[in-house]
Amino acid sequence: MRRPPKETEQAAGLVTRRGVVLGGLQLGFMGLLGLRMRQMQVTEADSYRLLAEENRINMRLIPPSRGIIYDRHGIAIAQNAQNYRVIIVREDVEDVDETIAKVRRLVDIEDRQIERALREMNRRSPFVPITLADQLSWDDIAELSINAPALPGITPDVGLSREYPLGVDFAHIVGYVGPVSDRDLAQLQTPDLLLQIPEFQIGKIGVETKLESRLRGKAGTRRIEVNAGGRVMRELSRDDYTPGQDLQLTIDHGLQNYAQARLSTESAGSVVIDVETGDLVAMASAPSFDPNLFVRGISSKDYDGLRNNDYKPLFNKTVQGVYPPGSTFKMMTGLAALRAGVIGPGERVWCPGHMTVGRRRFHCWKRGGHGWMNLDDAITQSCDVYFYEAAQRVGIDKLAELCHEFGLGERHDLPLSAIEEGLIPTTKWKARMRDEPWLPGDTLNSAIGQGFVLSSPLQLAVMAARLATGREVKPRLVKSADGLELPVADMPPLNISSSQLRMIQKAMWNVSNGRRGTARRSRIVAEGLEMAGKTGTSQVRNITAAERARGVTRNDQLPWNRRDHGLFVAFAPYDKPKYAIATIVEHGGGGSSAAAPPSRDILLYALYGDVPPLEAYPEDQRERISAMHEEMDIRPRLKPETKPSRA
Amino acid sequence: MTYLVNQVRTVPTGLRKVLFVNWPIALLLTAVACVGFLMLTSVAGGEVDRWAERQMKVFAVGFLLMLAVAMVPIWFWRSISGLAYLFAFGMLIVVETSGVVRMGAQRWVDLGVTVFQPSELMKITLVMALAAYYDWLPLQKTSRPLWVIPPVLLTLVPTALVLKQPDLGTAILLLAGGGLVMFCAGVSWWYFVAVIAGGLGLIYAVFASRGTDWQLIKDYQFRRIDTFLDPSSDPLGAGYNITQSKIALGSGGWTGKGFMQGTQSRLNFLPEKHTDFIFTTLAEEFGMVGGMSLLVLYGLIVFFCVLSASQNKDRFGALLTLGIAATLFLFFAVNMSMVMGLAPVVGVPLPLVSFGGTAMLVLLAAFGLVQSAHVHRPMTR
Repeated sequence: MRRPPKETEQAAGLVTRRGVVLGGLQLGFMGLLGLRMRQMQVTEADSYRLLAEENRINMRLIPPSRGIIYDRHGIAIAQNAQNYRVIIVREDVEDVDETIAKVRRLVDIEDRQIERALREMNRRSPFVPITLADQLSWDDIAELSINAPALPGITPDVGLSREYPLGVDFAHIVGYVGPVSDRDLAQLQTPDLLLQIPEFQIGKIGVETKLESRLRGKAGTRRIEVNAGGRVMRELSRDDYTPGQDLQLTIDHGLQNYAQARLSTESAGSVVIDVETGDLVAMASAPSFDPNLFVRGISSKDYDGLRNNDYKPLFNKTVQGVYPPGSTFKMMTGLAALRAGVIGPGERVWCPGHMTVGRRRFHCWKRGGHGWMNLDDAITQSCDVYFYEAAQRVGIDKLAELCHEFGLGERHDLPLSAIEEGLIPTTKWKARMRDEPWLPGDTLNSAIGQGFVLSSPLQLAVMAARLATGREVKPRLVKSADGLELPVADMPPLNISSSQLRMIQKAMWNVSNGRRGTARRSRIVAEGLEMAGKTGTSQVRNITAAERARGVTRNDQLPWNRRDHGLFVAFAPYDKPKYAIATIVEHGGGGSSAAAPPSRDILLYALYGDVPPLEAYPEDQRERISAMHEEMDIRPRLKPETKPSRA
Repeated sequence: MTYLVNQVRTVPTGLRKVLFVNWPIALLLTAVACVGFLMLTSVAGGEVDRWAERQMKVFAVGFLLMLAVAMVPIWFWRSISGLAYLFAFGMLIVVETSGVVRMGAQRWVDLGVTVFQPSELMKITLVMALAAYYDWLPLQKTSRPLWVIPPVLLTLVPTALVLKQPDLGTAILLLAGGGLVMFCAGVSWWYFVAVIAGGLGLIYAVFASRGTDWQLIKDYQFRRIDTFLDPSSDPLGAGYNITQSKIALGSGGWTGKGFMQGTQSRLNFLPEKHTDFIFTTLAEEFGMVGGMSLLVLYGLIVFFCVLSASQNKDRFGALLTLGIAATLFLFFAVNMSMVMGLAPVVGVPLPLVSFGGTAMLVLLAAFGLVQSAHVHRPMTR
């Protein structure tokens, strides 16, 4: 088909016109694209840049190292030990099961740990390192390192984990740390992001939890670049963590060890306080447990063993245990009567062996009675009737007032778990709590530290310290924090005349040293170190009239948990008091036989600063004491390796 | 033959033809391809052999293919246009019946040595067929309804086949490509006005069909449209591509983050970073300067094509040149609109830059046709 040239020209012209129009449209659209690019890359660039940064950058926390806890001489009680672990990275491992089997041929790992690791592995991305086993020995790590080339994806690693080198001695004071539980998180109002880190540990009981905020420190941060899958590509910057504050406790590790060891066969608690500063130098609660078990995750068998033990090893008897103080309370009754002027300093009271109030007869522990008793005699021989009389005269409310001044019924604020307030009853208290009127008999029971009265060894030690000094001694447990000494609290004098106080002190001296003293056997004979004390025996059962008639059953014939508690409070040296002590031996029988001897021994250690020389003991006891020390598991005193203050 | 009406003797012969090749277009194509090599190296984290090397080899082969096609007289290509169309059409049928399914779509034919996408070939053969048709059709019949039907069918039938694969991007390109050639051929404006109105009606129908038995497009295509309309509705799901792509592009700023410094692409936030979304890496690493440069390169190619077509008295050659330029334009315009969030994600590569053998070879062969039309154009005196 031929076409005339004219048509060809016409067609070409049309195509050219349309082509130019189309080209123009295309150019227009390109202009639109250019404008869009300008809008995004220039006008809105900043917001997109921010989004890109958010995509790219992730913050990771660096857990801080926990503060170290030292004793008063700089011996580490709680420290961070290297924890050797095996880490597995799934994506680097060819066959997970086979690799784990190979590792287990080299290192002993429990099934439970493997299961946990496998579960974790399935949950996480393949590049996340998972702990296969921890708390390994150096030998295990060495073995793994040698075989590392044959085990791709397996890395031996070292982390920090809490360690309590003194084991059982400080279990109740320092407590332990453990992994963060959901309950822990629920209790916190402003949860620290750190708590979200798996394997992060926080204090669970004792100083570890009460001073958690000081010990924990502040997390550092790492700004890291991540890709879309979450894999860490590189570290962009790092803000190092602030380590937790180191703490120095007032406890003397040697004395604590001695007290624990001395009481270890009993269910007992003992508190030693420095009367000049209020420093608690020992707070022993026996039996104890190894806090390291809890850090590693205690087995249910071990835990049940601790829980079902009659001696309650998990229970801190020094602050958590409250007991009727028994006769150790009599100084309060006597002092209250003296202060109120209702009983003269030398006034005598006849003890026939009982007192009848209303239709009830209240017995003295001595069936035949003590005869004429003044305050000094009454304390020395622990006559009950004298104090029945004194309490009746002074009244329960005035007595309670004095008790609070001496720290009984007071919750001394210490960084310890489950501190009990005890109880000093008043008429108001009984009306409020029991909706019953106060009976004269209640006063009599209270007068000898029975009935409603409850106090903890800590409170009794504070009472003894205040009796020794006449000042408001305030107990404290933390000596310095972060290398700075904490000031000793102001100790104003108590509202007691020194002559009246001296009478009580003298009577307590007689208890320990007098011819008829109930604790004479547990005296200190070293010159200038004499002890003044008071025994106490508190009943945990009612003695019926019938039983009394046929003769009270002796303690050693009763089952253990029905025997009396033995108590003892004391201070020494008598002339220039330095330490006060309170000891409870649960179901130990009488105070003079169960609580006074260990108290004396512990006080002597405190006074000498080491295992006391035999010269301090009465001559006839030296052989037995020596044998006892031989048998006891006493750790020699430790020397501080580094200064407790941070370098 | 229209060509013979003009003066054949003015057309160069033998090796002299090489001098008459449209070198600006050849150089611009090479420049665009080089941008591609650079970006493919960047997204591979500096590894040349990952994608860039293969792309270079394909380009070298494609460039020679372009020159070879250019040396063959344009009247030969005109004469085989119908056959080429039928061949591509046949291949599309083969894909439909026995194609290889990859990534959920049946687009590839296994040729033994390599897999091949017939729909890529179809884009060019459709342009050839339409150009030949209008070259054959007397001018006064161009806008007559009866004579409008054949080119419409030539366009719609392969479009439907491709849509069925399913490949929405290529279908749009075929439809638009066919339409643009018809527009250049001089078909009356009114047809286009009617088609655009009809198209809007169809879009309405598509949306109206949603959830009914006669749903016209697949659910994932609906989701892509939703995502396009509001990417933030599903930032980690279907909207992820668009959101991340916009972040990459926007964060580039004026001059970009520098070669291989694009955090979005290097850290794998970008999807399909070596294929459909490669422009975002360019815009992220070289900023608006880099993005505009590529846009200008493409624009210059289109400009030189229009210039060449306007000087060409041969109707077939001119239409072919304009049609291929329009195809190139559609490729990059749709791709860039998509990554800038102006169009839904439809899976259209960036021509000569995105990694992909078939597309590159076909496009270079198509520019061989443009060159042939240029070399053999009847000179106007």
